[in-house]
Amino acid sequence: MAHTRKTAGSKKNYTQAQAPLCVKDLTVAYHRKPVLWDIDLTLPEGQLIAVVGPNGAGKSTFIKSVLGLVPRASGAISIYGKSYESQRHLVGYVPQRESVDWDFPVNALDVVAMGLYRQIGWFRPVNKNHRKKALDSLEKVGMANYAYRQISQLSGGQQQRVFLARALAQDARLYFMDEPFAGVDAATERAIISLLKELKSVGKTCVVVHHDLQTVPTYFDHVVLLNMRLVDAGPVETVFNEENLKKTYGGRLTLLTHALNEYAKTPQFPSNTD
Amino acid sequence: MRNRAKFIHRNLLSILIIVATVLIGTSFSPAVSAGNLATDSLRSDLVRVFMFQDYNTRVVVTGTTLLGLAAGLIGTFLVLRKRALLSDTLSHATLPGIALAFILMTLVSGDGKQLLPLIIGAAIFSVLGTLSVLAIQRFSRLKDDAALGIVLSVYFGLGVALMGMATRMDAGNAAGLSSFIYGKTASMLFSDALLIAGTALVAAIACILFFKEFSMVCFDADYGMTQGWPVARLDFLMMALVILVTVIGLQAVGLILVVALLIIPAASARFWTFRLRNMLWLSGAFGALSGFVGSGVSALMANLPAGAVIVLTASLFFIFSMVFGSARGLLHIGMDRLRLGRKIMDENLLRDLFEWSETNPNEGTPGIEISALKHRRSWTQSALKKTIRRLHRQKTINVYSENRVNLSKSGRLAAFEVVRRHRLWETYLITHADVAPGIVDLSADRIEHVLEPELIRQLEEKLEAETKEKLLSSPHTISFTGADGHRTPKMTR
Repeated sequence: MAHTRKTAGSKKNYTQAQAPLCVKDLTVAYHRKPVLWDIDLTLPEGQLIAVVGPNGAGKSTFIKSVLGLVPRASGAISIYGKSYESQRHLVGYVPQRESVDWDFPVNALDVVAMGLYRQIGWFRPVNKNHRKKALDSLEKVGMANYAYRQISQLSGGQQQRVFLARALAQDARLYFMDEPFAGVDAATERAIISLLKELKSVGKTCVVVHHDLQTVPTYFDHVVLLNMRLVDAGPVETVFNEENLKKTYGGRLTLLTHALNEYAKTPQFPSNTD
Repeated sequence: MRNRAKFIHRNLLSILIIVATVLIGTSFSPAVSAGNLATDSLRSDLVRVFMFQDYNTRVVVTGTTLLGLAAGLIGTFLVLRKRALLSDTLSHATLPGIALAFILMTLVSGDGKQLLPLIIGAAIFSVLGTLSVLAIQRFSRLKDDAALGIVLSVYFGLGVALMGMATRMDAGNAAGLSSFIYGKTASMLFSDALLIAGTALVAAIACILFFKEFSMVCFDADYGMTQGWPVARLDFLMMALVILVTVIGLQAVGLILVVALLIIPAASARFWTFRLRNMLWLSGAFGALSGFVGSGVSALMANLPAGAVIVLTASLFFIFSMVFGSARGLLHIGMDRLRLGRKIMDENLLRDLFEWSETNPNEGTPGIEISALKHRRSWTQSALKKTIRRLHRQKTINVYSENRVNLSKSGRLAAFEVVRRHRLWETYLITHADVAPGIVDLSADRIEHVLEPELIRQLEEKLEAETKEKLLSSPHTISFTGADGHRTPKMTR
């Protein structure tokens, strides 16, 4: 494999042990077809981080494998220096809006309260305090007036904001957001942006899968360029350049994709343990 | 909060209606169909069955009612988890378990027809069936429906073959086994009813205890997993409850029909509410009522198998709910649509009248001719007439002789609001059109009629400079003389 490996945070003066997310040799495969290949990555704290790459580049898979929703073929993940399992409470997740059935018989507040379920614990019902907390989170995304609205009656952007509010309610330190800007209206986009800024101002780290290259420099501090492998990662001003984008979206990568597809068809997949 | 209260209020009313319908239906309809001669004996039969005077009936009716309750409760989560078809598969997969248990028990003790071993056999095979489905989904690229179909038919086929063997072993005794396929409540013993009652209790308690956990797994299992909930185990518990209710229900309604008790009450409940908690209780109530009425009716009439009657009763509730449901019943949706249509017509007419009075400030009293209004939009004669009649009844317009109308005092106020909204929206579209379309997901021509208060407030903020004078002037020329493109009005003056 002739590709460069760079560890994003290596130039900065914090150790990997404290980094919000440290990924080592991550490989993920669906039905023997590799989707992510040998990812090595360390992300800085307190920044807004975009994960960009073409369709099928494994951006969502990357997040899901970090969160343990997709099995890893190999690799190790650490969150603030410890295993993800022991640091779950520090991690908030905003899935893609399409991942759930919005016809489900609950209202916006019920969904947001799900972010508090872990805090509430087994068997206990959602009480007044929790509802108030959930309402506060809805307020932060400008949705307080829609708290008692059935979720199917919300627009796509409003549904997205409900998902954000659910993650906020959990009060995490590190947030993973899967395409929060996909298919939302202008009001929601503004709401998400101001929310991201607010999260940054209180020292939270946000990892956001993003598809709009134009807005990357204005919205984000740090960028991860991904196309099945890690192309580059680092501060936007140094990493987000034409050469890297060509590498991410350009011709050379289609060759790699092609090669990996061919590879998947061959009889065996090498056991990749580290 | 007010909305919630309204929902509960609405649902309560609906429940009362249902209960009343059922009571009236069950007490009168058989009597009517049976004719006058039999009325007396039928009435006494009815009293005997539904007042639980008969010991046997008491056991059966209680058993099926509780079964319906349990199935309705856990069925809610089954349906919301989109596993309705899986429950069909696993109920069919019980058959080989029943047959095998019978054969084993006949070999061991000579008597194969013991309920507990049969039920255990059924449960084991329904678990095996579920695991087979999961295995096929996991290790092959077959789609879910194919996996379900394969497992259902293979297990059922195996069951039929084993049933054949069992019949050959012991011709007399094995005949009763077929009651597990179609159900036979008459053979229900007190101990069976107890077993069902126990199961119903377990299901009800589990649904209350795990309400929060189950609903999260049904809505967004992935998110639950990232929160550290043991989603797989919760899922398993849910399926275990489904299997429990299925095997307990086998004897009463049979393995083909038990799935209906799990699915239909939940599906019916969905028409009445947008709240999961209400849906859960409603579904339980529908299930219990179906069991109660169904087994009662079948006790009244010989040769009418209870399982079938129970399922048919449940489906009656379903049809009733689909039509009359207060949350998303067809009638409700139709009424909403009708109301919106009327509102749009009313507002259009109000706006036309307002704009006419704007362009003709001096001619207040006689009003505009109805024929002139008609040409302003694509009104049909009858729609315009009805709208005028409606507004006249609301006293928002005055109707004069020679078919002239104008706005009344209260009408002016209402029309002012409509026009203001319309112009806000128009101005917004024109000045900010590049960001506008995403804000409301409805077609543009209907939008002004459904603008929410908050959105109007946002519009006002946005257009602050333009709205200083309270009412914007129309951004385009309002013409009642035919200059305005697609609007081809004819004004006589």
